[in-house]
Amino acid sequence: MRSAGLLWREYRFERRLFWRNPSAAFFSFLLPLVLLFLVASIFARDRAELDVLVPGIAGLAVLGATFTALAYNVTFLREQGILKRVRGTPLPASAYVGGLLASAVQNAIAQVALIVAIGHVVYGLPWPRDPLALVAFTALGVICFAALGIAFSHAIPNSDSAAAYVNAVFLPTILISGVFFSARSLPPVLEGVAQALPLKHVIDGLAGAILTTDGFAGNASAFVVVALWSLAGLVLAVRYFRWE
Amino acid sequence: MTVRSAAEPPAIVIEDLRKSYGSVEAVRGISLTVARGEVFGLLGPNGAGKTTTVEVLEGYRRRSGGSVSVLGHDPADRSRALRERIGIVLQGGGFYPRLEVGEAVAHFAALYPAPRDPAETVALVGLGAEERVRVRELSGGQRRRLDLALALVGDPELIFLDEPTTGFDPAARRAAWQTIRTLRELGKTIFLTTHYLDEAQALADRVTIVKDGVVVAEGPPGALGSGDGAYQVAYERDGRRVEHRTVDPTRLLNELTSEALAGGWRLEGLTVNRPTLEDIYLELTEESDPLPTEEAAE
Repeated sequence: MRSAGLLWREYRFERRLFWRNPSAAFFSFLLPLVLLFLVASIFARDRAELDVLVPGIAGLAVLGATFTALAYNVTFLREQGILKRVRGTPLPASAYVGGLLASAVQNAIAQVALIVAIGHVVYGLPWPRDPLALVAFTALGVICFAALGIAFSHAIPNSDSAAAYVNAVFLPTILISGVFFSARSLPPVLEGVAQALPLKHVIDGLAGAILTTDGFAGNASAFVVVALWSLAGLVLAVRYFRWE
Repeated sequence: MTVRSAAEPPAIVIEDLRKSYGSVEAVRGISLTVARGEVFGLLGPNGAGKTTTVEVLEGYRRRSGGSVSVLGHDPADRSRALRERIGIVLQGGGFYPRLEVGEAVAHFAALYPAPRDPAETVALVGLGAEERVRVRELSGGQRRRLDLALALVGDPELIFLDEPTTGFDPAARRAAWQTIRTLRELGKTIFLTTHYLDEAQALADRVTIVKDGVVVAEGPPGALGSGDGAYQVAYERDGRRVEHRTVDPTRLLNELTSEALAGGWRLEGLTVNRPTLEDIYLELTEESDPLPTEEAAE
């Protein structure tokens, strides 16, 4: 019971820290919205393109709020010696990491909700036709990318190089995974890469949930792929976690 | 110093501690005991195994061999009960840069079952005027004091100080020493590592000197100097400095002066020295770096 209280406290603390760091707040919160408005204004001339773009941006937001934010954050916390300090206190590792994750997850969920609402109000997409599938794919995407973000932080040597490492993964992934345009127009090799990575499947799942009534059954294979990546991410994140 | 009952078990017992990193054996069989309420100094040059030893005690590293007991716990178990009773001063770092000093101390205080008052702890380490200052704006010395405040705020019985004054200017060192003396008066057990001899002499009730991962000397700092009781007698002859060591300088001087008088020459530059702890420390550690070099610090 006391551990749950400590987790809650750590989560509240992480929220406070989040708002103290304007650049992180920008990347996690404003960037996906700015991209949505820009790309929609410049390229999206019809509903078909918006049907691709809105779920794509929602997927990007999940990736940014979890994978990108945690890869940066954990690298920074390790480099600053904060992880080491926390490890020397009575705070259980589960409460600490749980609070860190919960804060990132909150950002991701708020983003998806906001983008789905903007999609409906501004761009005329339906309210999600399969809300349960929306929740399921958002939750699975959050677990998957949060785990992969922590796992990826183990490969980043220091905070100075974090941006280079993260962008080397983030930018190509969003370009080939159908964030801005349908992944069907890709060259076969790149399409194969996109099929192997989890983001495209998260986006397919979100699109199915928003646009169809059988979002879950229609994207069962996507769900399986993301679940497998989640498993791999969790194993890597835990196995190679370094406190200093 | 708080007087403790002799029956009270020691704060720390280490027996034959070993720690290897790959093929490198950093600690090769260290044994020591720290009584409750004492200031214990682990002294040695850089690379002697001090930090490895203290990190095993703190629970940061797993030992390769030997047994370790800290307040009755094996730190390798990483039990929360133990971490509630110890305070760790890191070698700098470990701060949230965007927090205010008071916020940082209050945040960590809440992790302990019976913490000290955060504001009073901030004042104790001399940061009372900086309570509303963000950590990133603190000077190097102020950060070290914050480090101490974070280690103290849980009101621990045992405090680990790993090279607490490395990089300090003399005034800051004196202030840190005064704080450590205050902690001892509060009845805390203090495990201190340092490569500064004068620091061990000034603060520690007992000292263990380590070198290359093994204990080379131990005892109260005052007693270490008289271990073999050797005096150093030196003079110049034919432009060369000649040195003798003896436990009986009277006899040696008698022999030397008789010889010189008989031979009709003088003992130029004759000196007789009682070795200080520093001489012994340097002698014990001479095969490594001749002097403990100070890490660059802000």
